[in-house]
Amino acid sequence: MTTAREATDPAAESGYTDHPPRMGFFTDTTVCIGCKACEVACKEWNAVPADGLDLTGMSYDNTVGLGANTWRHVAFIEQRKPLAAQDPGLHHDTDVLAMAEHGSATQPPEAGMTPTTPGSGDDFRWLMASDVCKHCTHAACLDVCPTGSLFRTEFGTVVVQEDICNGCGYCIPACPYGVIDQRPDDGRAWKCTLCYDRLGEGMEPACAKACPTDSIQFGPLDELRERAQQRVRQLHEAGVGEARLYGDDPDDGVGGDGAFFLLLDEPEVYGFPPDPVVTTRDLPSMWRHVGAAAATLLAGAAAAFLGAGKGR
Amino acid sequence: MGTSFGRGGATTFQQDLANSDCIVIQGSNMAECHPVGFQWVMEAKARGAKLIHVDPRFTRTSALADVHVPLRAGTDIAFLGGIVHYVLQQEQFFRDYLLAYTNAPMIVSEKFADTEDLDGVFSGLDPESRSYDVETWQYEGAEVQAASGKRDQHWQRRTHAGRGEAHGSGGAEIGTEPKRDETLQHPRCVFQILKRHYARYTPEAVEQICGVPQEKFLQVCELLSENSGRERTSAFAYAVGWTQHTVGVQYIRTAAILQTLLGNIGRPGGGILALRGHASIQGSTDIPTLYNLLPGYIPMRHAHSWEDLATFVQGEAAEKGYWGNMESYVVSLLKAWWGPHATPENEFCFDYLPRLTGSHSTYETVMEQLKGTCEGYFLLGENPAVGSANAKMQRLGMANLDWLVVRDFSLIESATWWKDGPEIETGELSTDDIKTEVFFLPAAAHTEKDGSFTNTQRLLQWHHQAVEPEGDARSDLWFIYHLGRRIREKLTAAAADGTQKDADRERDRPVRELTWDYPVKGELAEPDAEAVLAEINGWNADAEPLSSYEQLKADGSTACGCWIYCGVYADGINQAARRKPGTEQNWVAPEWAWAWPLNRRILYNRASADPDGKPWSERKAYIWWDAEQEKWTGHDIPDFKATKPPDFQPEEGAKGPDALRGTDAFVMQADGKAWLYVPAGLTDGPLPTHYEPQESPFPNLLYRQQRNPVRQMMKHENNRFQPSDGQTGSEVFPFVVTTYRLTEHHTAGGMSRWQPYLSELQPEMFCEVSPELATERGLEHLEWATIVTARTAIEARVLVTDRMPSLRVQGRTVHQVGLPYHWGPNGLSTGDAANELASLSLDPNTHIQEVKALTCDIRPGRRPRGPQRIELVREYQQRAGITDETGTEV
Repeated sequence: MTTAREATDPAAESGYTDHPPRMGFFTDTTVCIGCKACEVACKEWNAVPADGLDLTGMSYDNTVGLGANTWRHVAFIEQRKPLAAQDPGLHHDTDVLAMAEHGSATQPPEAGMTPTTPGSGDDFRWLMASDVCKHCTHAACLDVCPTGSLFRTEFGTVVVQEDICNGCGYCIPACPYGVIDQRPDDGRAWKCTLCYDRLGEGMEPACAKACPTDSIQFGPLDELRERAQQRVRQLHEAGVGEARLYGDDPDDGVGGDGAFFLLLDEPEVYGFPPDPVVTTRDLPSMWRHVGAAAATLLAGAAAAFLGAGKGR
Repeated sequence: MGTSFGRGGATTFQQDLANSDCIVIQGSNMAECHPVGFQWVMEAKARGAKLIHVDPRFTRTSALADVHVPLRAGTDIAFLGGIVHYVLQQEQFFRDYLLAYTNAPMIVSEKFADTEDLDGVFSGLDPESRSYDVETWQYEGAEVQAASGKRDQHWQRRTHAGRGEAHGSGGAEIGTEPKRDETLQHPRCVFQILKRHYARYTPEAVEQICGVPQEKFLQVCELLSENSGRERTSAFAYAVGWTQHTVGVQYIRTAAILQTLLGNIGRPGGGILALRGHASIQGSTDIPTLYNLLPGYIPMRHAHSWEDLATFVQGEAAEKGYWGNMESYVVSLLKAWWGPHATPENEFCFDYLPRLTGSHSTYETVMEQLKGTCEGYFLLGENPAVGSANAKMQRLGMANLDWLVVRDFSLIESATWWKDGPEIETGELSTDDIKTEVFFLPAAAHTEKDGSFTNTQRLLQWHHQAVEPEGDARSDLWFIYHLGRRIREKLTAAAADGTQKDADRERDRPVRELTWDYPVKGELAEPDAEAVLAEINGWNADAEPLSSYEQLKADGSTACGCWIYCGVYADGINQAARRKPGTEQNWVAPEWAWAWPLNRRILYNRASADPDGKPWSERKAYIWWDAEQEKWTGHDIPDFKATKPPDFQPEEGAKGPDALRGTDAFVMQADGKAWLYVPAGLTDGPLPTHYEPQESPFPNLLYRQQRNPVRQMMKHENNRFQPSDGQTGSEVFPFVVTTYRLTEHHTAGGMSRWQPYLSELQPEMFCEVSPELATERGLEHLEWATIVTARTAIEARVLVTDRMPSLRVQGRTVHQVGLPYHWGPNGLSTGDAANELASLSLDPNTHIQEVKALTCDIRPGRRPRGPQRIELVREYQQRAGITDETGTEV
């Protein structure tokens, strides 16, 4: 573990010699109240345009996902699962069948539960989670950027420079999380900068500053990972067995995220890819294969040429 | 809160929630409506506290709770009364606390008859006038005055000779010491009355009325009881989910009884937090925009004949406790307002005060507009065309004015109804026929002016101007000051030029003689807000700032604009502007801003120590008696005379604060005690009683009396009521409606629906229904629905969700419809206003509308346009057999 972590110092790998610790986000979704203050604070600070008025019907999520004009996005997930995944301490020794017989006067087939449906009174929960750019250790967007608009900062974060981006769009399919996005007007790519301008001034990013419950925590990534491990242990002890971290593992497909999460369910439930892999992972071997193929091709051509020569 | 404990404010502060062992949030959606304060709830949870959310809906607060208890909207008294019953029956109350600090041992007059005796009403009910004669509710042998509420109700007896005879006590001066029974066994002691009153609030009754399964109800009872007592404390937080009912005050009273029984008031991690609706709502009752109060909860005068200052004080003040000094507060207020003109000879201009002739609340004002008596109207930061119940009545009232002034950031619905309101579309109003002259004046935002907010926990926080207001926008202070200045100039000129009649000159004198000389600054001539604060704080005869209301005098040597705010400008320093970080002081953080009264953060904190002055437990130590230093000390400022020892006994005949014992922790109360039973101050009963809402699909299971008998109703053709259960036509409106707010928007939308960043987060009006209701009525997710009441029909997009649970009540399923109330037709994010649906039926104490529980029908599709909208409503009224009498029974 330690060796893996030491091996992944993206700022150092990018050539910074004397740089501050890698900074990032730990988003503890178990204390998120879905207030969306992060979304608004982000837009206010970064002057991100409004994104249109569209009632989506996806619970209270009318933002839908991260994009060129949404750098923080709060997902809302309604589930028929016990609240807080804690045993409410109720006794479920009632005769369920007998009660079901005289159950709800209106028993539509799709009415799975009411609070008086025996045994399922607590089977509802509402998950909320604030998503953001992951600032990957191995960032494919950065790898594919031909202009150098995307760059690694001294804090280990990944930032697009809006005055350099030429709108080629290579970074868009390169992101394994679908985060970075182009604005339709001029085609340039935009995403969370982890408030690079604020970090330089010793301030925390706007979203973390605005978060009232400290669901979004900002700090040195090493500290955040330790704190997150402790929080998971605490939740496990409290009976919340489903608590797990996402994006904290330096050995995952992107070398660990600079912004990672504490979740109460599978990543897919929140719209996260279960096993993200840096899309440029195979580039070196691909180039090797391309090189070999080209060499073979050249050799073949040469052989053919030579052979033809011989034949003549 | 005022009648139970003595002050109309939260008893605790939000940061202290972190010390709670159990927090019950009920009648509030704290995470959505107070997200910043909710951090301390999360802090408590992180420390191991249990969080219970009791609410008809599963909200963002429920999502973070340990237990969510869905209940039928409008049944909270039954639920809380059930817990009171449990606590009494299981003997879970805090006996030592009860005996020392509450009125549990007091004996009540034998003339009192309870709802137990009279099938749901109290003694003294006059069905004709729909009011109670409250005299029979008093203690035996002692008449006490309330610390808030309706203090005028005993005026006649209190101010006239022979009042003692009325009590049969031989004409003696009314005593301040009620009879007590320390064993709590006397059948007429408050404790026994309480026991009998709540005996029928059993878990079975709770289940049948509220739709809460018994085991879930008992889980809440157990969590609360386990987490209360010497070692542990529980807190309650509520908001308008409790106040906006025809029995709203009594909802809060039930929580007050429960918290008093459990010994949770005045102690860290305990208390009742009244969560206010926005930034300075607490401030707007402290220095009131309410018609019936003067600053600092001094009652407004009534139009009694021949009332002078002395009679007023005799009628409204208490004999004992800090209201005993009411004359000093009133005289100092009059000195602040009329300065040198206020002299002992003219009773300090007491006669300049206006007088009440009845209720003049916002809804009565609308009725007066319709009648033509009220001819002009100022709306400052208020959007009644969206935000008030029966919004149509509001608009029709405004359409009958001579002039209307609207001050706001944007052209809100209350400023444009005359050209594009719903009545223009239906043809009920025509722009050409409206004679109202409407003035729209742009308002400055809080970032554009200096001033203070008094927040939910009585904390005054100063804000400094960051930028100058743009264009014609001006602060409210600027507007009021310069309006007053110009009016005074006109009146003074008229008085001087000799053309005015003597009577008119006399009439204008109170305005001409007002102290109205605040310094102005800058190009815009903005009045100095700190000068106003200094006047509110007050000064002595040498013009030195006061530091405590204990310094106020009744001889005219002190001036003070609001006695409870006295000290906010102590030493000439704006104490509200203090911003010492919490990390640099103790956890109570007394040097962050300033809280009334006297910067105390937990009220009644004398009760955090036992009668001997020692903390009830180390874990919950807060304020205690330091015998060596001979004073009260601790983490907060004592809400008690600092040097009064715990064993202090007042001298015979002592009055006011001097009459308080060393154990009288509730220093504003006429008997120094927390009131489980309220002998004076309320219009609808000394004990909370479950009544069904004005409109309900169910009968009252507990009593024959269906509704609050003294609720207030506005009879009008546009304000028809619907039949309740048992009456023909009730099946036409089978569903329960509740209204609410969302995090993303601000009240009636004036501050959010014009903001793109907020509007995109909740872009239009919607309604929330359960999957069962959707199936029953053919409602489709994201399609349109029309919601109908006897008042009107509105439309909304449908969200089908398990968050809006259907409940099982009295053997059948009841569906509830959820309606956020932020929208109107103007702005970026639009929709019909939910408040169009509500009726004007009000709490008789506060005159607050019942919008948290009413009934409706819901059907798929958009509402009809034009006159057909009225046709649809008329058709519903006919089908339900609604007349002008429907729903108006006592």
